[in-house]
Amino acid sequence: MSWVNALVQGAMIGGFYALFACGLSLMFGVMKVINLAHGDMAVVAGYTAVFLAPKLHVAGVWSFIVVVPLFALVGYVLQRTLLQKSIDRDPFTTLLVTFGLSVVIENLLLQIYSANGQSVNIGSLISKSWQVSSTLYISYVSLVVLAVAVLMLGALQLFLSKTGTGRQIRAVSDDREAAQLCGANYRHLFGVAAAIAFGTVALAGISFGIMTQFAPTSGGVNLLFAFETVVIGGIGSVWGTLIGGILLGMAQQIGAHINPAYQILAGNALFLLVLAVRPQGLFGKKTALS
Amino acid sequence: MSKVKSLQHRSTGSITVRRSRISPLITLSGAVVLVAFLSWAPWILPAATVSIFMNFFILVIMATMWNLLAGYAGMVSIGQQGFVGLGAYATLYFAIKGVNPFVAIPLAILACGAIALPVTFLVFRLRGGYFSVATWVIADSAMLIIGSIALLGGGTGHYLPGLTNLSPDQLNHYTYLATWVVALLVVVATYLLLRSRMGLVLASVRDNEVASRSAGAKVTSTRRMVYIIAAAGCGAAGAVLAISQPFIQPGNEFNLQWAAEMLFVSMIGGLGTIEGPILGSIIFFVLQQLLQNWGAWYLIIFGTVAVVVAIWQPRGIWGLLRDRFNFELLPVGYRVVAGKEVADEAA
Repeated sequence: MSWVNALVQGAMIGGFYALFACGLSLMFGVMKVINLAHGDMAVVAGYTAVFLAPKLHVAGVWSFIVVVPLFALVGYVLQRTLLQKSIDRDPFTTLLVTFGLSVVIENLLLQIYSANGQSVNIGSLISKSWQVSSTLYISYVSLVVLAVAVLMLGALQLFLSKTGTGRQIRAVSDDREAAQLCGANYRHLFGVAAAIAFGTVALAGISFGIMTQFAPTSGGVNLLFAFETVVIGGIGSVWGTLIGGILLGMAQQIGAHINPAYQILAGNALFLLVLAVRPQGLFGKKTALS
Repeated sequence: MSKVKSLQHRSTGSITVRRSRISPLITLSGAVVLVAFLSWAPWILPAATVSIFMNFFILVIMATMWNLLAGYAGMVSIGQQGFVGLGAYATLYFAIKGVNPFVAIPLAILACGAIALPVTFLVFRLRGGYFSVATWVIADSAMLIIGSIALLGGGTGHYLPGLTNLSPDQLNHYTYLATWVVALLVVVATYLLLRSRMGLVLASVRDNEVASRSAGAKVTSTRRMVYIIAAAGCGAAGAVLAISQPFIQPGNEFNLQWAAEMLFVSMIGGLGTIEGPILGSIIFFVLQQLLQNWGAWYLIIFGTVAVVVAIWQPRGIWGLLRDRFNFELLPVGYRVVAGKEVADEAA
C-alpha cells in the first residue's frame, strides 16, 4: 500500500512539475530560448505573493489575481527588451544573459529577504485532504494544483490551435521569415508568448509557495525539475509535458521511498535514462533536437 | 614564436607572416619576470594577500577552462562545478587512501578526465540550452552521489588528511606554489593547444561548422577532446581548492557559484581570447575586495555587468582593447604584414 501511496503522491507532484515546465517549454518552442532564469522567476513570484500582494489587500491563494497579470507584463517587457536583444545576437548570448539574470535575481533576493524560508499562507486549507482509503490521503492543495495544470495545458493547446494569435505564434515559430512576409509581427508575438510563459511561471511559483517553503536559492532546483519534465515528456509536446511531470514525480517518490536521500537522484536517473535511450523524449519529435 | 616566414611579392616587395606585433622577446622577458615574481610571492607578501592570490589562481584555472569550452568550442556548460567537486573529492579519496594530497593532484586530474569521457556520450546528444542544463543535471547528480558516500564524509564533509606533518607556513607556501603552478600549466597548455592543429579546427568550427565538417574536420571528436580537457582542468582547480580549504563539503565544492564566476569572468574579460579570463579574474578580485563588507553585492554588480557585456560588447574588455590598440599578448593566429610595416615595427 505504501508503494501505491508513493506513486499517487508522485503523480500529484507531477501536476506541479508540468505547471512549472509549461512556460519553459513554450519559450523554447516559440523563441528557441532556454530561459535559465525560469526557476528564479517562480521564486520572485512567490516573494511577490508573500510581500507585495498583501499590500493590495489580496493575500494567500488569491494573490494570483495580482501576481499573474503583473508577471505577464514583466514577461512581455523583458522579451521586447533584454531577451529580444540577445536573440538578435545568437542563441549563445541568450544562454549567457538568462544565466546572468538568474544569478543576479537569486543574490538580490538574498540581500533583500535573507536566506530564510517563506511560504504563502492559505490558512487551514493546507492541511485538509481527501481520504481515499485507510492509508491513502490526497491533499486538496495538490489536487487543485494538478487540476490547474491540466486546465492550463488544455487552455494553452486550445489557444495555440484555435485563436488567430495562437496560430500566428505557431507560424512564427515554424518559419519566421514566411510568417513575417504574411504580415506577422514576430517581436510582438514573441512578447505575447513570453507573457503567457511568465504568467504560468507566476502560477507555478505561488503553488510552490503554498505547497512548501521557498528561499532565494530554490530557483535552481526548480529549473532542473522543469527541464527534466520537458525532456522526459518530449520537447515541444504539450501533453507530453504533463506525462513527463507525472513520471518525474513518481520516480522521485519511489526513490524517496527507498531512501529519502535518493529522491532527487532518482529523478535525475530517469532523466539521464530517457536521454540515453530516447533523447527526443517520450512524446517528442526527433526534429526538435537539432 | 620567432617563426617568421618571408615571401616575395611582385608589387609590394616582401610580405611577412608572423604571430605577434610585439617582439616575442619582449613578451617572453615580461613573462619571465612575472613568473619569477609570482613564484617568490609567498615569501615576500603578507599571508592575507597570498591567500587572495591563491583564490585568484583557482578562478583563473576555472575561467580558462570554461573559456576553452564556451569561447572556443561553443559549448555553454553550466555543470563545470561538477568537475571542480569531483576533483576535490578525488583528492580527498586518494588522501584517505594514504597518498600525499599534493601527489593526488595529477591523479585527480586524470580521474576527472576519465569520468568526462562517458559523460560526453550523454550530453552530446543535446544542443545549445538543452546541453547546458543537462551538464547541470550531471553535476547535481555527482553532488548527490558523493554526498551519500559515508567514506567521504557524506553530506557533512570531511577533513583532508595528510597535511598535518607540515608547519602552517610550509603548508601555506606549498599550497600557493601548487595553485600557481597548476594555473600556469593550464594557461600555457591552453595557449599551445589553441596554436596547434586542434586550435585551427576549433576556429573553423566557430566560423562555420557546416563548412569545416565538409572540409573533413573531425568536429565531434575535437569537441569531445575539449570537453575532457576542460573537465580535467576544472578537476585540477578542485584539487588545489581542496588543499587550500582543507575542509571538504559537497555544498561548497559543487557550488553553482563556481559556474557563475567562471562564466562572468570569461564574459567580462573577453570570450575567445586567452588573456580575457585572466583580465576578468583580476577585475573580479578587485571588485570583491572593494565590496567585501557588502555581502553578495559584488556578485550582483558583476552579473549585471556580464549581462550588459554579453549583449552590447560580446568580445569583452580584452576584445575591446585589442580592437582599439591592435595588439595581443598571447597571439594564436597569424598576421600578414607588408614589407614596409615590418621595417617600421622593427625600428
